[in-house]
Amino acid sequence: MSMVEPGVAAVDLTVDGIAVQVNAGETILDACSRAGIDTPTLCYGETVTPVNACRVCVVEVEGSGPLVPSCSRGAEAGMVVSTRTGRVDRSRRMVLELLASSVDLEWADDALRGWIERYGADTRRFPHGETATVAQDPKIHDNLYVRDYSRCILCYKCVEACGEDAQNTFAIAVSGRGFAAQISTEFDTRLDESACVYCGNCIAVCPTGALTGLIEFDLRTAGDWRPEEQTSTQTVCSYCGVGCNLELHVQDQRIVKVTSPMDHDVTLGNLCVKGRFGWQYLGNEIGRKR
Amino acid sequence: MFGAGGGTSSYEEIEQTDLVVLWGSNAREAHPIFFHHLIKGVRNGARMFAVDPRRTSSAKWADVWLGIEVGSDIALANAVAREIIHQGLHDLAFIERATIGFAEFAAQVEPYTLEYAESITGVPADAIASLAHAYAEAPTAQLLWTLGITEHHNASDNVFALCNLALLTGHVGRWGSGLVPLRGQNNVQGGGDMGALPNKLPGFADLTDTDARARYEAVWGVPVPPEPGLHLTLMFEAMERKELRALWVIGENPADSEANIAHARAALEGLDTLVVSDIVMTRTAEMADVVLPAAAGWAETDGTVTSSERRVQRVRAAVPPPGQARDDIEIIVAMARAMGHDWADASAEALWDELRTLSPLHTGMSYERLERENGLQWPCPDETHPGSPFLHARLWADPVEGPRAPFTPVEWVPAADALDDDFPLRLTTGRMLDSYNTGVQSSGYDSPIRSGDTLDLSAADASIHEVTDGQWVRVSSRRGAIDMPVRIVSGLPAGTAFATMHFPERIDVNQLTNDAWDPKSGTAEFKATAIRIERLGAGAETI
Repeated sequence: MSMVEPGVAAVDLTVDGIAVQVNAGETILDACSRAGIDTPTLCYGETVTPVNACRVCVVEVEGSGPLVPSCSRGAEAGMVVSTRTGRVDRSRRMVLELLASSVDLEWADDALRGWIERYGADTRRFPHGETATVAQDPKIHDNLYVRDYSRCILCYKCVEACGEDAQNTFAIAVSGRGFAAQISTEFDTRLDESACVYCGNCIAVCPTGALTGLIEFDLRTAGDWRPEEQTSTQTVCSYCGVGCNLELHVQDQRIVKVTSPMDHDVTLGNLCVKGRFGWQYLGNEIGRKR
Repeated sequence: MFGAGGGTSSYEEIEQTDLVVLWGSNAREAHPIFFHHLIKGVRNGARMFAVDPRRTSSAKWADVWLGIEVGSDIALANAVAREIIHQGLHDLAFIERATIGFAEFAAQVEPYTLEYAESITGVPADAIASLAHAYAEAPTAQLLWTLGITEHHNASDNVFALCNLALLTGHVGRWGSGLVPLRGQNNVQGGGDMGALPNKLPGFADLTDTDARARYEAVWGVPVPPEPGLHLTLMFEAMERKELRALWVIGENPADSEANIAHARAALEGLDTLVVSDIVMTRTAEMADVVLPAAAGWAETDGTVTSSERRVQRVRAAVPPPGQARDDIEIIVAMARAMGHDWADASAEALWDELRTLSPLHTGMSYERLERENGLQWPCPDETHPGSPFLHARLWADPVEGPRAPFTPVEWVPAADALDDDFPLRLTTGRMLDSYNTGVQSSGYDSPIRSGDTLDLSAADASIHEVTDGQWVRVSSRRGAIDMPVRIVSGLPAGTAFATMHFPERIDVNQLTNDAWDPKSGTAEFKATAIRIERLGAGAETI
């Protein structure tokens, strides 16, 4: 299992008994991916810096007492990594159960819901509501964005995408400590009065549906969001000459959401406000005026 | 440039370059995702200079902002060149091997001392010297520009002045070093590549080249007239002279977008026949005798577009066009048939494959490869060619492959619309992040951050003219007058005002702009208008 780049030092380790070779500087998570092992991740994203917030990607490393976060721990020569032990499973299940106790994971992406099933996480094990810390009404200040922090697991991906990892606008950060921690604009101002430039690059990385476009939010709220019927077509944005690739998500012959491929080298999944929302002139939008 | 009509570099290069010079470009707002790559370059350690009359959101990322007087770019570039030559920082080996005309160029820039340039540009002499030293000494450097360079009556000379700097220092033809005009529209590069120029065939073959014409004639089965057509500016002049009597406008809104718009509208109204194909009812479409509703190319049809890094990428139909709207290809074929020509139906891919037989730049780009390889950058002459991330590596071959690159000496001349006591303020125009050109597309979504329907002034000018933020003023130029509210902003020098052209229905800025145009490119001087402002009394119009 060798896919290392020429000219880069190789590191050999084993994952679940499989011998794996990675490039120096890659992580245990990269080694798992090369070994074909699907690892749950929430605060990790290919395009954002992991902040070690969620602990759902933990693995056992021989010789290490505590479980280690695979997304951040570098792969080392001779490491013996186990991802399918009772201890790992129990820990991942507990993380998912605790997250489900504090936030509404109903709109989480397919991957997250798949992991809940795989690890047998009982999302009602800790009574929902009694331990909720960030429940609040959705913040809807304009016709593009919804921030519903009752669905936020504080994975920080949106903060990273708004900050140095992509947009460099720094409109949002984590405010408060402990149970009071939440994602916030400066002084908790309305989004349209903040530094936000409405690129939606935070929406693109949100794993739980806490951040959505208004059109998706309205359809989901109405019970009319049907991803299994949606098509996704890759094309190029109609505005400036940079050539950003768009994925047009279409339901009932109407565009309901626009994203960009995370692995496209022009965008890395990022767009500007025109690319992410400027298509609505086509006349097939179903947003409403507020 | 140097024989190829496209930017020389890939976006990835700016992440790895040592120096970024952003000249007459507000890419943070006009090319936001390109700017992501630029920021990576800055974070990777590149120094950055921004040359712009305004301290824009792009210029705020620069180590040094050179707040240049509108229209003085050539004086600045020539002074940079003179300083590089006088300090012995030019790349003599590259110049001798790869260029021609250096001696004439050096003689021509000789009068442009730092002090002389400061007197014209308003940029302090030491800042000019700083740019000269940084550019000449950087191992690699990217020099980028947009409409701040090209929307002038001497646009081509402005571009030559920048190209001269790259030739002087060898900052072209190598990974990390290049000349990059960022393209303003999603397929303006592709349009030119496909021969939508008055003097070129698809793939940039020259129309006057008899052998080239013969190749196209053999495929098309018809003679190709050797006489160049008219570019847009010459078309308007021909309309005025009543020589051009019928116009078919495809996907353009000249009734809002032309400089000196009253003049342009009169020309359009004087036509015998105006046909407009477009995706929405623009002002131009409203003037038309016949409107042909078109499908939106990027979401309702299949085809290709070409980006600023010469990358050809697929567009694909995701939704059906509304009502009777049809693909541009269908419209053009139907029009040909209505004129008595037996044109066959053709798919976008079939037309593309025909183009590949005629344009060596595109021969290797099958749809299958474009799909598999996330697009390809021209030139891509055969199916095994990987495409070309950067151009002009030939200049670094020893001896140089093909013709040597010429220096083109150019002199600074003032903006056509002179400032005087009647029109003492310099108005320049530009774009805002969330809007686009005349708003045909961008007015159709509800942006929470919309702005740009104001006359932006410095606090100093607001004070001189005794106007306050939000106050309505009459703005007059030598061509027209409009009323608009004032917004007082930072980042604008005294004497310079700014406006966008995004809201022509309400704020018709092109009533003011100057249609003096560049004889080489046909571009009008949108960027430099002489204006005056007068306060409107209480009870003046408000939005």
